[in-house]
This record gives sequence, C-alpha cells and structure tokens, in this order.
Amino acid sequence: MSAILEARELRVVRGGREVVRIEALALEEASTLAILGPNGAGKTTLLLALAALLPSVGEVRFRGMPVVDALAFRRRVAVVFQRPLLLDRSVRENAELGLALRGVASQVRRSRAADALARLGIAHLAERSALGLSGGEAQRVSIARAIAVDPEILFLDEPFAALDAPTREALIADLARVLRTRRVTTVLVTHDRDEALSLADRIAVLLAGRLRQLDLAERVFANPADPEVAAFVGVENVLPARVESIAADLTTLRVADQLIEVTAEPPAGDDFPLLCVRPDDVVISRDPSTTSARNSFAGTIVRLEPIGRRVRIVLDCGFPLVANVTIRSARDLALAEGDVVTASFKATLPHLLARHRAA
Amino acid sequence: MELIVQGIVEAARRIVTLDRDVLDAASASLAVSGTATALSIAIGIPLGALLGLGRFPGRNAVLSVVNTGMGLPPVAVGLFVAVLVWRSGPLGGLDWYCTRPAIVMAQLILAGPTVIGLTAVALQSVDPMLRTQLTSLGATGVQSAWLLVRESRLLLISAALAGFGAVISEIGASLMVGCNVKGDTRILTTAIALETSKGEFGTAFALAFILLALVFAVSAVTTWAQQRPRPL
Repeated sequence: MSAILEARELRVVRGGREVVRIEALALEEASTLAILGPNGAGKTTLLLALAALLPSVGEVRFRGMPVVDALAFRRRVAVVFQRPLLLDRSVRENAELGLALRGVASQVRRSRAADALARLGIAHLAERSALGLSGGEAQRVSIARAIAVDPEILFLDEPFAALDAPTREALIADLARVLRTRRVTTVLVTHDRDEALSLADRIAVLLAGRLRQLDLAERVFANPADPEVAAFVGVENVLPARVESIAADLTTLRVADQLIEVTAEPPAGDDFPLLCVRPDDVVISRDPSTTSARNSFAGTIVRLEPIGRRVRIVLDCGFPLVANVTIRSARDLALAEGDVVTASFKATLPHLLARHRAA
Repeated sequence: MELIVQGIVEAARRIVTLDRDVLDAASASLAVSGTATALSIAIGIPLGALLGLGRFPGRNAVLSVVNTGMGLPPVAVGLFVAVLVWRSGPLGGLDWYCTRPAIVMAQLILAGPTVIGLTAVALQSVDPMLRTQLTSLGATGVQSAWLLVRESRLLLISAALAGFGAVISEIGASLMVGCNVKGDTRILTTAIALETSKGEFGTAFALAFILLALVFAVSAVTTWAQQRPRPL
C-alpha cells in the first residue's frame, strides 16, 4: 500500500502556543487511521490541519504532491464533524450539498445523494426537512453528505461523541460496513478506545500535541510505546521491575518482593524495565488452586469501584495491581473490600517497556 | 372620551368607504417606505455580510459607525438631505426637493444602517463550525457567504422588516424633505400630524389604525422568523 497523505514536520501554533507538532505521519490508501487521544490533546487541530482547514507550518503531501491549492484539495476529501451541521433544507438537498458546490449536474447529484442516503439507511428521510431529525438521523445525513462526494480521504472528527450508546453502536456498525465496502481512506479522530478498535487498522496516539505511537491497532493496545500511552490505552498496571534472569523463552522479573515470569523480552540493555499488565488480563479467584496461570499472588482488596458494566478492583499484592471483572463475576465471588483473593495473569500477556522512556 | 369614540367611528367609516385621502396617504407611505427598504436590502445585506463574515482592518470602526447610524435622529437626517437636494445644494440639479425621491433618500439613510447592522449580527450569530463545514465541503468564500446568507434568511427578513418598521413610522425627515404635498408626498405619518393639528380626529385615527396594522404585521412576521426552530 502507498501513502495517500503524508505530513512532515507539521506544526500548528495557536495564540502563540505550539499546540501540535508532528514529525512524520503517513496515511495509507484504503486504510483507516484513528487519531486517539484525550480531550485537549490536539486531535481536532491535527485533523483540521491535515484537511487544509487550519493554517499550519510544515509539509502536507497528497498523493506525493505538496498541498498548495487548498480548495482543490478540499474538493477531493470530505470532513464529518462531531455535530451534523446541516442546512435548513431537506435531507436530500443536504446530502447533495458537497456535489452542488463542486458543480456536479443535478441529475448526477440526485442519484449519488440517493445512493449515499441508502447506504446509511436513511433513504426514506430524503424529502424530510433537516429541522425535524433526531441526533442519530442528522449525523447519518452528515456522513451521507460526505460519502456522496466520493472522497479520496474521509476525515471524521468524533462523529459519534454526541450520540447515545445504542445510536452510536448502530451508526459505527453501518459506517464500518460503508468504509469497508467502498474502501474509503479514513482518518478518525476519537478519544474512545472502543471506537478506534472498531474502525481503525492503525492507531496514532496523540498526547499533548505529540504523536507518541503509530502502529497497528491491536499492537498499540497490546504493546503501548511508553507509560503514558499505556495509561491512555487502559494499561493501568505499569510496575517498576528488575530483571532477575533471562532463560530461552522466559524472563523472570522481581516486582517488590514478588517474582513474575513473562515471555516478553526486556528492552535491550535495560535491567530495570516497566512491567505492563492490562487490568482485563488479571483474573481474580477465591481459590488459588483454580488458576493455571504462571503468575499468581495473594492480594488484599483495597478498593472496589463499579464502572459501567464492570468493577475495577484495586489490590495490594505487595505491589499495587488493578483488575477488571464483570459485575456478575464480582457478585458471584462476593467480593468485598478487605478480602484476600488470588490475582493471576498469564506469562504471555504482559509486555515490558524501557524505563528511560518514562520521562 | 366622547371625542375618542367619535374619532374611532369616523375612522371606521373612512376605512370602510375607502376614503380617497386615507388611501392616497397609505399608498404613498407604502411606495416610499417600500422603495427605501428595498434599496436598503439591496445595499445593506451585501455590506452586512461583508461586516459579519469578513475580517479586515478597521472593521470594528465601521461597525461602530453602522451601530451609530441605527440610532440617527430622523430630523437630523431630514436636515442633511434637505440641504443636499435644496436648489442650491450639491444635488440641487436633480430637483428632488419636496418629491418622493427625496423622502426615499432620507428613509434609505435611516433604514440602511439598521439592515446592515442586523445583517452583520445575524451572520455573526451563525455557528462558526457551519462555516468550517461549508469550507470543508469545497465551498469558495463567495459560495460560503451566499449559503450562510440563505441560512440566515429568516433573521435577514427580520432585519429588512426592522428597516421598514423604522421608516414607515418616521415623520421628521419625510416632512422636511417631502413638504407634505397632498396626493404626492403626504404619507401616513405626515398626514396624521396634519389632520390632528386641524382637529380632524376621525381621519387621523383612520390613518393611525392603518399605520398600526402595518407595524403589527411587521412585528408578527419578525417574531415568527425569530422563533422558528433550527436544524442540528
């Protein structure tokens, strides 16, 4: 695959402050890249700069050529924002708008808009006024408007953030199908890890305006590049460790007074790496004999925190360890603060980070 | 009290019988104020769009001038236009003194800043992200401005009606430059003042009812435009 869009030494300055600085970023054709980061990380600013909607310093190349004529570039891409931003017209006229601005003949406009509305499952709303739409319907119109122009790149700026959970899930599923069938190159800005995993092939983690990791989606979550990325992608257990021994396929580490075995290799020349364990990978049980995991510890429950459909358990195992279990599991195990339970995780699940990158 | 009742009865009679003087004044009012409003829309909406959407040096100063213009005293405008169109004035050659074009000119100066100012406010109140969305869809600056003007059309109707409302009930400037010539430059407001001074309360009431009806209609349309829901 070749890069359709590349940014090099891209900087965006606002109010005298550098809010985004990207050394290099490449978007491969027919792929979906998620720019993932917390609020205020500069995600939208980066998207606006890439879409030639915001002045920036540096180089943005589209199909190998520098973007000089911003208008011409914008007429080959499309952007969907968090809010639908529809005009006070019919749904069909809204869906045709991008095509109308490009001077496409009305017959072609009508047919392409109808096709886009059908793909988003809202063909029946075509003659309705945009005034009376629900939030989910309006966002579908907004996406249809973008898809109708057959963009070479589709930029999505948190398009699901304002929707309720069922509406969001349905729209994500429909959008994923459209992107897959039409092979649309997509840049998705989101702070939601699940959205990124649902739609993206690759994920760029943006923290404080800097690109901290760019990798395949599953690798970002399995092997975050540094402790801050790890924390953002949900790896809450980042433990300072010391390498005790390295065997053929097993590294033994000491964390506080406990020995932990992992299959991951420590970073070269680093005897004091950081051990990263996802809370979802920690298994909690009442009976130590029920686990076959190589790493198993007795731990006291310090805190139980219900979060949505899960319960976050903070343990003291001689070192702090966070685990996530379902509400049902927590109920079945009758967990309570102060209880001593067994926490275990497989040797294959953790990964190791170089500690010097923690700064 | 009896005077008021007599006046109202006489007014009703004059309206029902389509009294010539009343109709002349009403049609003259609609003609001059309608023309002045139409001209102020033609000039004011593009200028208001430029002020509302554009960013250029001196923009705030121009906005201040426009805002000041929205509160111009009609008699001051009347004086200014009278001097302009006076036989020996800069536009004396046009021979407009005591004619409808002079009233239109004065009313244009009164309504113009209202239309410009309210248009600028209407376009400034459009969601800035909508403008970014239009740009992202490939709109040029002119296409964007046109779409935003269309999107703000109801508020712009309000601006135009505010301009019309300001001039239809104005008297000072029209009296000074139009001279209140019967059957020509005698409009509703100048006719009401004249009839009242003569003690012809019936005619004055009839004219006032028509004027009030026009102002109420303007108000009703403005309220409808402002209260209409907007898309997400």
